Amino acid sequence: MTTETQLKPEHHVEELERVTIRFAGDSGDGMQLTGTQFTRTAAVFGNDLATLPDFPAEIRAPAGSLPGVSGFQISFASTEIYTPGDRPDVLVAMNPAALKTNLGDLKPGGLLIVDKDEFEPTNLKKAAYETNPLEDGSLAGYQVVPISITRQNELALEGMPLSAKDKFRCRNFYALGLVLWLYGRTLDTTIKWATEQFKRRPDILEANLRALRAGYNFGETTELFRVQYRVPPAKVPPGTYRHISGNEATALGFVAASVLSGLPLFYGSYPITPASDILHELSKLKNFGVKTFQAEDEIAAIGAAIGAAYGGHLGLTGTSGPGLALKSEALNLAVMTELPIVVIDVQRAGPSTGMPTKTEQADLLQAMFGRNGDSYVAIVAPCTPSDCFLMAIEAFRIALKHMVPVVFLSDGYLGNGSEPWRIPDLSELPRIEWKYAEPQNGKFNPYLRDPETLARPWAVPGQKGLEHRIGGLEKSGETGDISYDPRNHHEMTLARKAKVDRIVNDIPPLEVTGPEEGDLLVLGWGGTYGSITSACDNARKRGLSVASAHLRYLNPFPANLGDVLKRYRKVLIPELNTGQLALLIRGRYLVDAISFNKISGQPFKIAEIEGKIDEVLGLRDEYVLEFTRSAGVSGG
Amino acid sequence: MTAPTAPNDGLISPDLPVLTRKDFVTDQEVRWCPGCGDYSILAQMQKMLPELRIPREKLVFISGIGCSSRFPYYVNTYGFHSIHGRAPTIATGLKTARPDLTVFVITGDGDGLSIGGNHLLHAMRRNIDLNIILFNNRIYGLTKGQYSPTSEFGKITKSSPYGTTERPLNPIRIALAAGATFVARSVDRDTKHLEEMLYRAAQHKGVSFVEVYQNCNIFNDGAFAAFAEKEVRAERMVYLEHGKPLRFGKNNEHGIRLNGFTPEVVENAESDEGLLVHDAHADNITLANILVGMDYPDFPVPIGVFRDIDAPTFDQLVQQQVDEAMAKGRGSLEAALRAGETWVVE
Repeated sequence: MTTETQLKPEHHVEELERVTIRFAGDSGDGMQLTGTQFTRTAAVFGNDLATLPDFPAEIRAPAGSLPGVSGFQISFASTEIYTPGDRPDVLVAMNPAALKTNLGDLKPGGLLIVDKDEFEPTNLKKAAYETNPLEDGSLAGYQVVPISITRQNELALEGMPLSAKDKFRCRNFYALGLVLWLYGRTLDTTIKWATEQFKRRPDILEANLRALRAGYNFGETTELFRVQYRVPPAKVPPGTYRHISGNEATALGFVAASVLSGLPLFYGSYPITPASDILHELSKLKNFGVKTFQAEDEIAAIGAAIGAAYGGHLGLTGTSGPGLALKSEALNLAVMTELPIVVIDVQRAGPSTGMPTKTEQADLLQAMFGRNGDSYVAIVAPCTPSDCFLMAIEAFRIALKHMVPVVFLSDGYLGNGSEPWRIPDLSELPRIEWKYAEPQNGKFNPYLRDPETLARPWAVPGQKGLEHRIGGLEKSGETGDISYDPRNHHEMTLARKAKVDRIVNDIPPLEVTGPEEGDLLVLGWGGTYGSITSACDNARKRGLSVASAHLRYLNPFPANLGDVLKRYRKVLIPELNTGQLALLIRGRYLVDAISFNKISGQPFKIAEIEGKIDEVLGLRDEYVLEFTRSAGVSGG
Repeated sequence: MTAPTAPNDGLISPDLPVLTRKDFVTDQEVRWCPGCGDYSILAQMQKMLPELRIPREKLVFISGIGCSSRFPYYVNTYGFHSIHGRAPTIATGLKTARPDLTVFVITGDGDGLSIGGNHLLHAMRRNIDLNIILFNNRIYGLTKGQYSPTSEFGKITKSSPYGTTERPLNPIRIALAAGATFVARSVDRDTKHLEEMLYRAAQHKGVSFVEVYQNCNIFNDGAFAAFAEKEVRAERMVYLEHGKPLRFGKNNEHGIRLNGFTPEVVENAESDEGLLVHDAHADNITLANILVGMDYPDFPVPIGVFRDIDAPTFDQLVQQQVDEAMAKGRGSLEAALRAGETWVVE
């Protein structure tokens, strides 16, 4: 009897530096899971990587329809990478709708793996194809590999006591097995995960593993693929690594802030896309003393966080843009009562309900100015999924030391995106300083400020002799009583502003990547870090004098920002909004910064920023953004 | 590094102080209009607080916006004058984080039932251990005389010169519907009764809701005079007492009985037989709902505790989950960071 191994066709092995794959299928096809499993395998293998999930807006859009398409993109490499890749090298399309919505992004000549069984008249009609693209020659520009995934998956599961529907749901593991083979990966990580995940459903486990192996073996035995690819591990700093999403890192960061400060964490939140995962994560962590509160609305969520902060705990609330709008009045109460709360805003495409599952960074001005009166808060913004961890700690470090509300601006791209993360040693983490008010003789003044930071004392109920009243009415800086005195209001307003301004002494300077001075500085903030950094790297490789800098502290700005801006002939500010940071920079520093804006619900591609850099440096005509019909249309 | 313990342990004074009314008076000049019913509520509260035997620093008064919400400035405890309608949210966060504190929410008919209606509803359904005192004057006072959600249908006010076209809601009925575990009504003029209701509300474990009929002598003077004035009170109000038949009148000569689900006045009821006996501890709210439907002039107005039942409180349940999780093993940050799959790069 001959073994399979002897029948194996010879596969030429080609080494690649970087590969970007997009898995796309119906939202019921398990594409997020497929992508996540591939990601884990690549991470454990040691590749640097970045991911971009792209969910449909509907929970269950009609099967096979265009709005029901769900996608997951992963870029993995043997070098350091910062983004999930501009255009995929490989597209796995599980049905015609997935092909239609994603094909526009696939690189010319890219590898296109499709489940040909799904290209039948009903599905073609749902995807508005008049002819079968697998037969009409329209895919001539790609390496098309049509595979009978549905049928082969069925064969692999033949005889198993499962419903046809349950069997069909294993197709994604067939596709996963195939792609794992294609990139020379083992099945170990996925098998380990599935064994744990389905430990109570041995039948489902068995079916999934059979499908996974069938897909893998198909790759090995078929002659459809002439080449198998290798992407060697990346050279990254030594340490212990894990894979982490932005929302997970955010939740862990706030728990770390609790552990580092010794203060229990209270999280008030109302479910909202794309911030809900933070509530899910924190609600599991009760063994850290975390109390989570699913409030009746956004206002109650922040109100409760204020109450917890008033009680001497870490008061945290989290939301997305529409929720921040609802919280603005209460946030102002925290400004007025000078209580150390942190508000997470995982930004999404707006205005109003906008596109909840799509990313944008358009709440900067809302965070900065979206309240009545002269109202100042500190603002921090993580720049990568794992940076959410550190910036969460920073948010409370600033809030507690300076007795000020802090807004933490994440976004859907960071929150849902993921990357490998070198787990920090606890000794590397910042110290969090705080103190409750000292007992004193005579009447306690809750507004007696620290001369250095201007922070007011934090007197919490339970402290004897410090009974006092605070509230939204203006108070006398001298007594803490209600005051309508003109000079007092003038001085208290300036003091609240100065208190935020003085945080500048407590944050690191802005770091520049690239030349210390030169032709162009590309300045960004938030989730655009990856694309900006990569684009500037590329520009420098092409001999251009281009530096990049990324703001993680938005209010106040780092002390050296004005100086940095002056050292370049031009300043370019790419943002996923209509120019919000640019407005602040121009207003504050009188610098003629050039805005580059994209408001499509999708992150910047590296090539887009490079295109704009070339335009600004006079190397090309005006750069115009091009929008492909991508999975982005699935927003419905 | 492991999970933190509450840092406020040890800040609480261990000795139980003997306090007097004066200990709860602040140095602030009380700014309500002379003759306002709020004065009486403040006075009864300040008289009642020492009876609780709780250290002053463990008491917190949280209010929203409106005349009533000035209250915390006048009570010498911890106080938080928040924003319109949101006092229950701040109180919920505080009490959940700090179950060791005794927390009062001071609100009004506009603050609690209009702009803050949703929060009030949810605080009550959660049965969080807050003492919510709602001053009902059936008018907006601080904004100078617009109708409120409890104003009578057709009422002429500054914002309803032709009379309102809105039907009022009944705060007690809202509290019952939301599942509040302690629901009571009192009136500013009946100081002894009011003090007792405040005391019982504070003693109750779980959410306590007390509606206080409060006279606004500037914008809605005499709103409750027809039944709450001393001279007519006995005839026109009926005091609810658990386990006792509903009787009223100068000599307690009249009674209330049920005809099906409809209450009826029994004039000069000689015997208690057949009279409605109040059951404040019933889990079922049907009886309380019938009582709350009784109103002057058809019926005497019921005053007292409509409902008083025991149920686990939200703050305790949250604390319990945390305690149980921590008892199984305090979270280790090192372990949490390393959760899931990790790999080592040499």
